[in-house]
Amino acid sequence: MDEGLRGELSRQGVFTATLEELYNWGRRNSIWPLQFGLACCAIEMIATTMARYDLARFGAEVFRPSPRQADLMIVSGTVTRKMAPQVVRLYNQMPEPKYVIAMGACAISGGPFKQGYNVLKGIDRYIPVDVYLPGCPPRPEALLHAFMTLQRRIDQQQLTGRNRPRHLDPDAPGEFPVPQYGAHDLEPPMNPDVWHPPSVARQS
Amino acid sequence: MESLDQIKTRVETTIPGARLEVIPNDSPAQQPSLLVDPEHALAVAKFLRDDARLCLDYASNVTGVDWSDTVLKEKVKVKKVIKGIERELEQITETVRPGCLEAVYHLYSMTLKHGPMVLRMRTRNRSDQNRLPSLTPIWRGAEFQEREIYDLFGIVFTGHSDLRRILMWDGFQHHPMRKDYVEPDDYEYEPTAHDEVLEKAKRHQAREAGT
Repeated sequence: MDEGLRGELSRQGVFTATLEELYNWGRRNSIWPLQFGLACCAIEMIATTMARYDLARFGAEVFRPSPRQADLMIVSGTVTRKMAPQVVRLYNQMPEPKYVIAMGACAISGGPFKQGYNVLKGIDRYIPVDVYLPGCPPRPEALLHAFMTLQRRIDQQQLTGRNRPRHLDPDAPGEFPVPQYGAHDLEPPMNPDVWHPPSVARQS
Repeated sequence: MESLDQIKTRVETTIPGARLEVIPNDSPAQQPSLLVDPEHALAVAKFLRDDARLCLDYASNVTGVDWSDTVLKEKVKVKKVIKGIERELEQITETVRPGCLEAVYHLYSMTLKHGPMVLRMRTRNRSDQNRLPSLTPIWRGAEFQEREIYDLFGIVFTGHSDLRRILMWDGFQHHPMRKDYVEPDDYEYEPTAHDEVLEKAKRHQAREAGT
């Protein structure tokens, strides 16, 4: 919309907005996270919701206990291979539009425990992640910054066209296959639609 | 608390037939441990818990150890006759100490406020004879820890009420903390690989180059 026209109208007391702006404003100011903490990063997430670094002022007032009522999953903590199918199942149970913040080094890539026998090297192997938040653990201010980054991303999503969110796109998948327990590892070890191992050009 | 030798003599007089051994520890921790044979372990544990002077009623930690087959080299000075002259030579004798699995218990006393006392139990070998009596009937806190030892080392505790895997999933094969556990090849790129991770990276790249 033309900014000059909008400025003139607002000086006359007429407020104008596009449907897209209103839609995204409503969505980004009331993101309800899922009560989901796995390990030490969960303590920092709890600290972010407490009095000093209040997450409620950003709209994330109520952490929902049920995935059916949540639209953000903050994966905080090491995802073990034993827990990974449950994480994917919970993600599948969340209704669209849903977002994922991978909080902490362990959720991003396995973190300091990457060589462990039971550590999944990053939750982005099975579900799409919107915001990666490095840190071990990230400070509450960092989680707030990640939250605001997510809000900015939601703001920039257009309702039609290529950049539209997943719930308005009938072809985009909303549910992802749940990995099964194998003999030594999960099967499949990663979801090829979601993640590929980083390829490094090696000088032979 | 009494020294381990005193405890050993008292246990041997109370429970006839128990084969105990005090294993010294030269590390700065200075915690020698008492090795108990599996047949009398339950009786020894009951004595340690119920004795008035020891009263070790709290098992704070139960862990497992995997001793693999080690080759012990000993240098022995031997007198030999070579070319008519008797000389003293150093001969290196190699003995193979068979490996075993071991469960280690750290015991404290809450009533008398002393401890720790370290108790050990060894299996016969690492492959088929891997059964040990469970001390969960004596110290309830050992329940989850013995499940962990079963999961990670493979020691089967007889008399345990609910022996199943606790950290890995139920269908997992093999035991991850054993020295001969082979990890699945799931190496992912690391920017600063060194030591074991570098070895793992080289093996992975060799395997990828081979396929």
